Amino acid sequence: MTKAEKTLGSVANYVDERTGAAAWMKKNLTKVFPDHWSFMLGEVCLYSFVILLLSGTFLTFWFDPSQREVTYEGTYAPLQGLKMSAAYASTLHISFEVRGGLLMRQIHHWAAIIFMAAIVGHLLRVFFTGAFRKPREFNWILGVGLLTLGIVEGFLGYSLPDDLLSGTGIRIAEAIIQALPVVGSYLAFFAFGGAFPGESFIPRIFTVHVLLLPGAFLALITIHLMLVWYQKHTQFPGPGRTEKNVVGYPLMPTYMAKAGGFFFIVFGVIAFLSAVASINPIWLYGPYTPGQISAGSQPDWYMGWLDGLVRMAPPLETHAFGHTISWNILIPGLIVPGILFTGMALYPFIESWFTGDKREHHLLDRPRNAPNRTALGVMSLTFMMVSLINGGNDIIATHFSMTINQIMWGTRIGIFVLPPLAFIITKRLCLSLQRADRDLVLHGTETGRLLRLAHGEFVEVHAPISAEKAWTLTSHEQLPALELSETDSRGVRRPGGIKNKLRLRLSKAHAVAVPKVSADDLKEIEHH
Amino acid sequence: MSNEIEAIQDPGLPAHVHREADVDPIAEKRAERQVAILFAISALGTLLLIYSYVFVPQDLFIFVPVMGDQNAHQLGLGLGMAISLFFIGMGAIQWARTLMPDTEVVAHRHEFRSPENEREDFVKTVKERAGTAGLGRRSLIKKSLGAALGLSALTPLLLLRDLGPVPSKELEKTSWKSGTRLVTDPGNRPILASDLEVGAVAQVLPAIAEGTERALSDIGKDAVLLIRLRPSDFQLTPEKFAMTHDGIIAFSKICSHMGCAVALYEQQTKHLLCPCHQSTFDVTRGAKVIFGPAARPLPQLDITIDSEGYLIARAPFSEPVGPSFWERNSQ
Repeated sequence: MTKAEKTLGSVANYVDERTGAAAWMKKNLTKVFPDHWSFMLGEVCLYSFVILLLSGTFLTFWFDPSQREVTYEGTYAPLQGLKMSAAYASTLHISFEVRGGLLMRQIHHWAAIIFMAAIVGHLLRVFFTGAFRKPREFNWILGVGLLTLGIVEGFLGYSLPDDLLSGTGIRIAEAIIQALPVVGSYLAFFAFGGAFPGESFIPRIFTVHVLLLPGAFLALITIHLMLVWYQKHTQFPGPGRTEKNVVGYPLMPTYMAKAGGFFFIVFGVIAFLSAVASINPIWLYGPYTPGQISAGSQPDWYMGWLDGLVRMAPPLETHAFGHTISWNILIPGLIVPGILFTGMALYPFIESWFTGDKREHHLLDRPRNAPNRTALGVMSLTFMMVSLINGGNDIIATHFSMTINQIMWGTRIGIFVLPPLAFIITKRLCLSLQRADRDLVLHGTETGRLLRLAHGEFVEVHAPISAEKAWTLTSHEQLPALELSETDSRGVRRPGGIKNKLRLRLSKAHAVAVPKVSADDLKEIEHH
Repeated sequence: MSNEIEAIQDPGLPAHVHREADVDPIAEKRAERQVAILFAISALGTLLLIYSYVFVPQDLFIFVPVMGDQNAHQLGLGLGMAISLFFIGMGAIQWARTLMPDTEVVAHRHEFRSPENEREDFVKTVKERAGTAGLGRRSLIKKSLGAALGLSALTPLLLLRDLGPVPSKELEKTSWKSGTRLVTDPGNRPILASDLEVGAVAQVLPAIAEGTERALSDIGKDAVLLIRLRPSDFQLTPEKFAMTHDGIIAFSKICSHMGCAVALYEQQTKHLLCPCHQSTFDVTRGAKVIFGPAARPLPQLDITIDSEGYLIARAPFSEPVGPSFWERNSQ
């Protein structure tokens, strides 16, 4: 036994005698993780969150979350002698005087942008592959919660420096709060400690940003990961992969080295972006004052869709009985996002309701094999993209020599027309891809070799595909649509007829598929 | 469903294919060297980081092709850190890919549902335990507990009350009073009508007493935009026209939609545009909304000149400025 082994042994012994961890560790060190590039998206979320914690802690050592007015006397000449909040002045201090401070600010901001992008990417992967199905509905809801928290946390974060751009963002947030019927102006006054902007908001959101929400994040992420661990990861269908097993690499050492290494890669890429691509140069914006603004005011990308919805809203307000209701704020700012996020959170339950499928699923769907779900996803994505484009309408207008009016009307119409169109196109594409799969299994791949038959006809020789590939293309199940009669056994119309009708229609739409290759098909082919 | 006979059978896991480094000792050595080189590059990155931190002055700018002038200190720190971290990751992954076991392992899943007898036992236990507490029987305790818990939930709401004052009429008031002089922002200088040429724009605020500070929350309501047109350019009602002075018209600069500063004035079209959500207001028609989500025109300030010829407000705003709120009476 070498010396290192001895030391390790005695450490393990010490820990095990106090915790009994050996049995658990032995089992879990060989835990199997399936491998697929798309499974890295969730890892990127986790790692950028860790990077956010590290870089954020660094920033708090110098950041002064106060709206107390100070006169800037730092090294950045253009702002010297200007009055500004201590928050803005300390952000300038971090950027210009603390060595590595600007780099850390950039890393923190880039990590936030990538964190949100990875969450959205991870969410799309989970949605399009059906990974949210039983038993993973809880984790889906936790994910939607984390996405929502991320949007709020990101917004609060870029609001902290109190520069002209972020102050404008807070102004808009205040207007949304103020627009709430009955309680709006009260809530706004409580949140801001009086009239906007006041001197309380930055210190308050600082506490929320560095303590409350990160705490919530940590709790939710912990549960999210524990569930992944306990329920074991899903896997894509393929030879040897079934609903009853999980095929992949053991945690120690392969997965550990890959995942651990990947953390450093994510960190390295974020550091690289921060070194070469400057974002949020707050010193160019100047300190916040409600009387000023700069053209091209843009939120971070994950708020862009919300801003785009607000921009395209029609100018609707109700004035009645001495009260005002701002539909132009409430509909795009609260009602539509509320419906979207609630619908997203509930989707796993809605799908299992209309498919009637209550079984566990550990094998992922290839997106083409669930055309209706895939089309729904692309439809939602299109809705978001149209909103996002309108969120940048001023930038697009100046870059592509268009008028704001063209883009605004384009998106106002597009938001109703394009999502359904995307649904139809996607569904058809999925079915075409299914048909292509079917052809591939029945007739094999094209070899490019032409053959002239005895009677002069030219044919291309097809080579059969491998047994593995054939299995991958045909192993999915095709559930038939639900069959519910509208009347019960005694011929009486069931209660909730409309609900049943809706369920049947959804179920039927969901079950549309190109029949996969059956034994009969193969037999028929052999006769040719 | 899955009982139906599949046309094509599962061929099972494909056979494991050995990598070069598994069978060839030379390839194995090569892979080992590659990993070591990657880790060495990372160490060089850390050296670059240290060098930039200690020796490169914070105000040194260098020319970098494609990127243009760059701060050498920032770039050195950033690239050093990026290289240092990235290549640790690359090394670890190369190690895993070439030298660590790559045989796929199969583990079995279990159904999450507990066995039937366990589930029954669970229900029985819960019923028993709940029964011993008498939850079902003691309705007095249940009701009083519910009431107590409900009431105690008011505590945090109550304690948060002092976060801010109630709005009262605060949202409806500005600092503009009858006779308040319009002063430049920045500068706080009073303005003569002749200071503004036709086509000019100026941001103004109400005059404040010498030596007093302006609170941001006041600017958030008081900011006014002055625009001078030819009087014949206006298409206003007689009342609104009377609020202008010799072609000078004054609007609240705070957007009636969400409170951003309506700062973009287009001289050709005489339109005001809010950069936040592109609400567009026609100055000649009293800041009427001609495009975008804003539902109300910008409130107009009634202006005139005092005995010395300086612009003053004849009256305060006749309606609240800024975004809408529930108590706003727009009639």
